[in-house]
Amino acid sequence: MATDAAITVTSSAAAALPGPLRAFWNAFRENRGAVMGLVVVTVIIVVAVVAEVITPYNPLEQYRAFTKLPPAFVEGGNWNYILGTDALGRDMLSRLMVGARISLFIGFSVMVVSMVFGVLLGLLAARLGGLVDVVILRMMDLIMSIPSLVLAILIIAIIGPNLTNTIVAVTVVGLPKYVRLMRASAMTELTKDYVTAAKVAGVGNFRLMTVTVLPNCLAPLIVQAALGISDAILEAAGLGFLGLGAQPPTPEWGAMLADSREFITAAPWIMASPGLAILITVLSINLMGDGLRDALDPRLRRS
Amino acid sequence: MFRFLLKRLALTLPTFFALMVITFMMIRLVPGDPIEVRRGERGISPERLAELRHEMGLDQPVWKQFADYAWGLMHGDFGTSIISKTPVINEFLTLFPATLELAFCAMLFAIILGIPAGVIAASRRGGVYDQTLMGLALTGYSMPIFWWGLMLILLMSNTLQLTPVSGRIDLVKYYFEPVTGFMLIDAALSGQKGAVLDAARHLVLPTIVLGTVPLAVIARMTRSAMLEVLEEDYIRTARAKGLAVWRVIGLHALRNALIPVVTVIGLSIGGLLAGAVLTETIFSWPGVGKWLIESIGRRDYPALQGGIMLISTMVIVVNLIVDLLYGLINPRIRHGH
Amino acid sequence: MKFKTLFAAALLASTVLGAGVAQAKSLVYCSEGSPENFTPAMNTTGTSLDAARPVYNKLVQFEPGTTKVEPGLAESYDVSADGKTLTFHLRKGVKFHSGVNGFTPTRDFNADDVIWSFERQWKPQHPYAKVSGGAYDYFNDMGMPDLLDSITKTDDSTVVMKLKKPNAPILANLAMDFATIQSAEYADYLMKKGTPEQFDQIPVGTGAFIFVAYQKDAVIRFKANPDYWGGKPKIDDLVYAITPDATSRYAKLKANECQVMFAPNPADLAEIKNNPDVNLLSQAGLNIGYMAMNVQKPPFDKVEVRQAIAMAVDRDAILKEVYQGAGQKAKNPIPPTMWSYDDSTVDYPYDPAKAAEMLKAAGVTSLDTDLWYMPVQRPYNPNAKRMGEMIQADLAKVGINAKLVTYEWGEYRKRMQAGEYQMGFLGWTGDNGDPDNFLAVLLGCDKDGKPNANNIPKWCDAKFQEDITKAAEISDIAERTKLYKDAQKIVADQVPWLNIAHSTVFEPIRKSVSGYKVSPLGAHEFQDVDVAE
Repeated sequence: MATDAAITVTSSAAAALPGPLRAFWNAFRENRGAVMGLVVVTVIIVVAVVAEVITPYNPLEQYRAFTKLPPAFVEGGNWNYILGTDALGRDMLSRLMVGARISLFIGFSVMVVSMVFGVLLGLLAARLGGLVDVVILRMMDLIMSIPSLVLAILIIAIIGPNLTNTIVAVTVVGLPKYVRLMRASAMTELTKDYVTAAKVAGVGNFRLMTVTVLPNCLAPLIVQAALGISDAILEAAGLGFLGLGAQPPTPEWGAMLADSREFITAAPWIMASPGLAILITVLSINLMGDGLRDALDPRLRRS
Repeated sequence: MFRFLLKRLALTLPTFFALMVITFMMIRLVPGDPIEVRRGERGISPERLAELRHEMGLDQPVWKQFADYAWGLMHGDFGTSIISKTPVINEFLTLFPATLELAFCAMLFAIILGIPAGVIAASRRGGVYDQTLMGLALTGYSMPIFWWGLMLILLMSNTLQLTPVSGRIDLVKYYFEPVTGFMLIDAALSGQKGAVLDAARHLVLPTIVLGTVPLAVIARMTRSAMLEVLEEDYIRTARAKGLAVWRVIGLHALRNALIPVVTVIGLSIGGLLAGAVLTETIFSWPGVGKWLIESIGRRDYPALQGGIMLISTMVIVVNLIVDLLYGLINPRIRHGH
Repeated sequence: MKFKTLFAAALLASTVLGAGVAQAKSLVYCSEGSPENFTPAMNTTGTSLDAARPVYNKLVQFEPGTTKVEPGLAESYDVSADGKTLTFHLRKGVKFHSGVNGFTPTRDFNADDVIWSFERQWKPQHPYAKVSGGAYDYFNDMGMPDLLDSITKTDDSTVVMKLKKPNAPILANLAMDFATIQSAEYADYLMKKGTPEQFDQIPVGTGAFIFVAYQKDAVIRFKANPDYWGGKPKIDDLVYAITPDATSRYAKLKANECQVMFAPNPADLAEIKNNPDVNLLSQAGLNIGYMAMNVQKPPFDKVEVRQAIAMAVDRDAILKEVYQGAGQKAKNPIPPTMWSYDDSTVDYPYDPAKAAEMLKAAGVTSLDTDLWYMPVQRPYNPNAKRMGEMIQADLAKVGINAKLVTYEWGEYRKRMQAGEYQMGFLGWTGDNGDPDNFLAVLLGCDKDGKPNANNIPKWCDAKFQEDITKAAEISDIAERTKLYKDAQKIVADQVPWLNIAHSTVFEPIRKSVSGYKVSPLGAHEFQDVDVAE
């Protein structure tokens, strides 16, 4: 949600708000790729939100007389089903639209949960140091040393395959990135004079970390948030592909891919569109993330 | 330096222990049972199940099982697979070369294409080359690789019929005993005509699929490292002195820019070894990733435990080595923690 | 740039096609997976049984391509008048493979090997009983411990098997893979060497092929046994190329990297049929895929509700989209290729309007229930998930709201057996071609009216039970047929489960292959196969 909020705030308030936000928006705007990414992401979000209203068909309705239709613009296609139909005659376009909601929901949820835990653990490790720091860091090392997909599959095997558990598994697997980033940024900030000043002024630990240090670590966190969303979408699609994500008949993109795998020779087009949907979504989020990083990191900002 | 090494090693030991405990516990928490799952629709009577569980030692208290397991591990015994009844370490050693070979080729592919791509992009900053290359790199980075693999199979194997779909070599034409387990080397050692090229053909698609994300990461990393170095004073000086642009970039800038790139490469080796899971699944590549996933499905506790321990240990060790090397090649880094 | 390089590499690679080494006649079979080990008595999966079969023989065997029992290592056999004593006259001069794993047999196959092989599974004090984990699933499943009284030899080539009670299907059971005869001498040799577990990893048998090498997840190699008692096989080398993905298997077959393949992907059947280099063999599978309804849970205890559901499901659509032609609609629990199949059964038509009416009449207006689908592909059900999605949509049309549920495969079957479900899929593949193996196992109950473990619908019917109990105790086929037909009538009327389909086993083989027969039992056998160069 953080990125989402950041975007809307920046775009609407750019004209009104002077200072850092405006500078940020100006820098972001310069990056054509990033703006393109932002536009596509916005479109996908809008589609996901109003999917029910704009889907041409019920994504679960099976038109059994029209199974495995290719997209309309390909020979044998039918303009009633613009992107064709799947193995059971369900409209591909409608399923992809609803699928966008699922993928984005997973992406945002994972990011938000990871952010909360990541910030918490990162700040704790940075401030308390010593044993707490070591334990937290070793835990993260541990998670990172197990092959991520194997770990995710194990977690899902334990808690059962469904949408919520996908979010849990993907969060656990991705958490170390957030924790390490938060810890590293916080450690850097802690050595700075303004923090020392605050300490001297007798600011309490909690206040020091949340009010003084945290806001100054936001830039890298926001970038991580954007990349975290796209990572989560990919990871969740991978799980869906292995049949461990959202359960049928939910039109999750990875699961749609898995369902169509057997038609790789007989009807390859069924496979093409869910993969493209994942690629486009992830790519535009990453483009946006790159733009965010360039705009927020003054070192790389073009003068 | 030596003290630092000792300290790092000392810190690694608890990680191993925690790894052991956590994998053990997680695997026991997975519902299901290795005996039940083998039985398919035939099922099994409760008495017979109890009998078999007893024979496998699955009816012992968990702490006892753990103690046995830990004791075995300390003696280098990774247990015996419930399904194949062969020692886990043997299974691992037959399958691991396949994974290593694939990971190595993928890394080579990523480096050979990634570094030049990054250098070209940096030297043409903002230009068409830069934008195209970085656009491609970001696309590669965003790629759902399971889909990418399937699309490549569709294009290269099904439509163009250029590459085989799965396996490591054509088994009818070529037959030799595995010596090293690395198909390319074994093929060369066998002396059979065409064997090496056939093995290489089988490697092409999996290599591309597994190498795509590292390729993208390396290209992007090289570019930004180059850009940073190109801003440094000594490069400006070299340029001002009128040295040829390519000489400046090739000799001076690249050498310095490589330091962070090497680190990224090192750190992604662990990920590659581990991350071949999807690639191996798609190409039916007989490696450890696929084996681990199948072991979860079969509830083969010892195989799963042993496999995860071995892979994770390798990742930890590789990361440690990279850490140390990084300290060596870049004395500016002080080992803080 | 990336694409260019990729293309160049591929081009380079493709020029190497066709370079090969001239060699002996070999046949490659694209199999599905790695075997667990090479002792059939310890395995239950077709993959593992297929891998060991070339090496071994049984006393009696199924004639290739049928479920008819013919003599194997036993040249002939007699059954006593009371059906309780079987006498096997063993073939003389049969040699075990020589030179595998350093073992050279000093004697021919004899009665000791037969007794050794059965006692390993039967007697816990047998020296090999616990080797390799020692789970002898089929031996126990087929009720052998309860059935066997003694196995003794009268001389080196005569074995007498005494039963506690007469059993009609016993000969068919002995033709199953668990009754494989292994070498007692090889076992002793390994025991002395201190490596008994190798017995199950490196097989030595009397079969048509000699084991050469096995590499996990990659390949199993055999060579022809020149001394095979049935005559030397026509091919010199037999190779199993382990290829888990069905589409990959077909790609290899197309490229002549293998000549026979395990089950193709149903979606590829249309293309395979059109391939001029390939013969698509098929045979009705000895199986049933069904949707069980738990008759112990209302409203499925009402027969009208079960009948209504049978009419609400569009099975023709399922045959088309799930089986994709590789199956036939089922109206009886046993497949039509099995003797005693009742073709006069009237199937339930697809009639959602009538179904809704019947449901209403039975007082079921809106029903929230569950529909279980297995997480894995089974021979009788190529895609349970898709089947679930279709039936869910069908049921929604008659006002039944079914939630799709699944568990890990072992867990799934266990919970289905425990009756935790309301509606769910499962199925069965026959072991020996006897109707008893379907009707009694899947729908039978014990004396006290308690359903058998594999009776998933938990359905007990006194008349049905009487029929099948009686049929198992007599050996007159005509009499048995009558009883089984009657039993099928009862099932058709009571609908404890909805018969969905019998899948068809398809096996594409290259046109160069001759003499290959599809087994209705799912076995893959190569001793009679030839391949043209």
